[in-house]
Amino acid sequence: MSANALKSPRTAQELRRIITGKIGWACCGVALLLVIGPLVDIVGVVTWHGVAAFSPHLFTENTTGPNGGLANAIKGTFLITFFAMLIAIPLGVGAGIHLSEYGRDKLASATRFMSDTLTGTPSIVLGYFSYIVMIIGFGWGFSLAAASITIAILIVPYLARITELSLQQVPNTMREAAYALGAKDSTVVFKVVLPAASSGVMTGALLALAISVGETAPLIYTAGWSNYGWNGQFTHEPVAYLTYVIWTFIDQPDAKSHALAFAAAFLVMLVVLAINVGVRLTVRRKKFI
Amino acid sequence: MKIRPFRLTVLGLSLLIPAALCAVVLFLVVYSGQAIVFNGLRFLTQVNWNLGDLYDDPVVVHGIQVPSGANYGILVFIAGTLASAAIAIIIAVPLAVGAAIFLAEIIPSKIRPALSMLVELIAVVPSVVFGLWGIAVLVPFIGRYLSPNGSGYGLLAASIVLALMITPIIASTLLDALLQVPRENRESAFALGATHFEVVMKAVMPMVRTTMIGGIVLALGRALGETMAVLMVSGGGLNIMPTSLFSPISTIASFIAGQLDSAETDPTNMSVRALAEIALVLFVITLAVNACAKLLSSGVLRVRKRA
Repeated sequence: MSANALKSPRTAQELRRIITGKIGWACCGVALLLVIGPLVDIVGVVTWHGVAAFSPHLFTENTTGPNGGLANAIKGTFLITFFAMLIAIPLGVGAGIHLSEYGRDKLASATRFMSDTLTGTPSIVLGYFSYIVMIIGFGWGFSLAAASITIAILIVPYLARITELSLQQVPNTMREAAYALGAKDSTVVFKVVLPAASSGVMTGALLALAISVGETAPLIYTAGWSNYGWNGQFTHEPVAYLTYVIWTFIDQPDAKSHALAFAAAFLVMLVVLAINVGVRLTVRRKKFI
Repeated sequence: MKIRPFRLTVLGLSLLIPAALCAVVLFLVVYSGQAIVFNGLRFLTQVNWNLGDLYDDPVVVHGIQVPSGANYGILVFIAGTLASAAIAIIIAVPLAVGAAIFLAEIIPSKIRPALSMLVELIAVVPSVVFGLWGIAVLVPFIGRYLSPNGSGYGLLAASIVLALMITPIIASTLLDALLQVPRENRESAFALGATHFEVVMKAVMPMVRTTMIGGIVLALGRALGETMAVLMVSGGGLNIMPTSLFSPISTIASFIAGQLDSAETDPTNMSVRALAEIALVLFVITLAVNACAKLLSSGVLRVRKRA
């Protein structure tokens, strides 16, 4: 007896269920396309206009209105990010060490909760906080110090949680073995646990780096803007940064400003996406091996 | 008790995080104190935001110096924030759910990592780049084909950009949950003769409902606090309540970001204080929403236990 003979003709209800299913899957497929499509379009549009605006003098000349290059903004973004990471990595990794290794009490879980709260706080609120404390309160004016500290506040909780997660992946037997050999707390952490978890911590640091390169809102109220490169002062001297060029120059009427905005967006996007893709590919490969 | 310097050091470092959070709240409250006294509850209920005459002599109200004619009401910004976030959620949820289901069920597991990485990458694109794309692509499109007044800037543009930014948050949360649903659930539904789509809708989706709602609330928190993209495409509405999808709006966050110049020029510093009060309002709103998301995802509120 063949399978066909067993099949009775489909009833209207069965047909309706099958058609509903087909329509449902089609909708889901379209949804996925609509989610990924804009990303492709964003990358495409920014790359297209960004590459068109590319020229060597972007890296050598300072921004002077719609003319000139992006040298000051590139340097500024680099400096803000560099000093923010310089502040944030010791603090964030240290806090992560505490949360992972010794954080079993109520205080630590409160710290965790507040750390997540700080991560969820809109960055403009942090920027405004820095404005009233550092710019007005300390009288620093728009400055590299204020900008770097603000970005550091933004990424420390993030780094702490990622460090905590990756340190917890290290098996406890390694810690016990080290303690059994008579190692001190700091030796166990720095010679055993951190090296074993280094790829996770590095991942966290790189992702934090990507965040700080792409941030804009907290810098509006802290970094200001300058048409010149950095002169070595940490306070009382505004700094330029790339994302500022993007959101202000696109509002200018002339095509040259737009080209600069797209070139800046291209650079920022390139750095952010390269870091994220790189991190995801290496982490994924490790998982599979 | 033995003193262990290393442990104390890292404890101190970890306590900097709560200290920073407390400092943010404390300074915002202290700094906005005069504004809170001056504004009272009108702050939340009035439409009119007026810095007053910054060049006239300041007047003294309740012992507080304010520019004459100044009035600070943020109802417009609250409305803009809630409206844009709500519409963004309405757009994003079906897209994210559909995309996550398609990724989990239809896409072969060999290419799933690549596609889910693409979805996650949307979440890391800086918001200012979204704003740039909004100005270059979305705003002209809305202006030409949809808007009755020919301007693409406004509520709809802001909501669409927000929706794009929060979709990956919901989608990746949901995808993770979908992939963890036990096989037995699906198999028993298949055994009852359900079609593949029915299995997903009736046997799989109910299992991940709480996680999905947690993801949506998390996304809502992000949408409420998003600044740059909204600032760039929202049209910067001021003192007029949004009446249609094409009305220019400001959200709380975008308004703060756009007000730097006027804050700098106020000799009484009152507008800086009022902005601090707005920042405080935004902080409280996002704190509440994120706490909700945390409660939902931690399972405290989980009603249906997994069998």
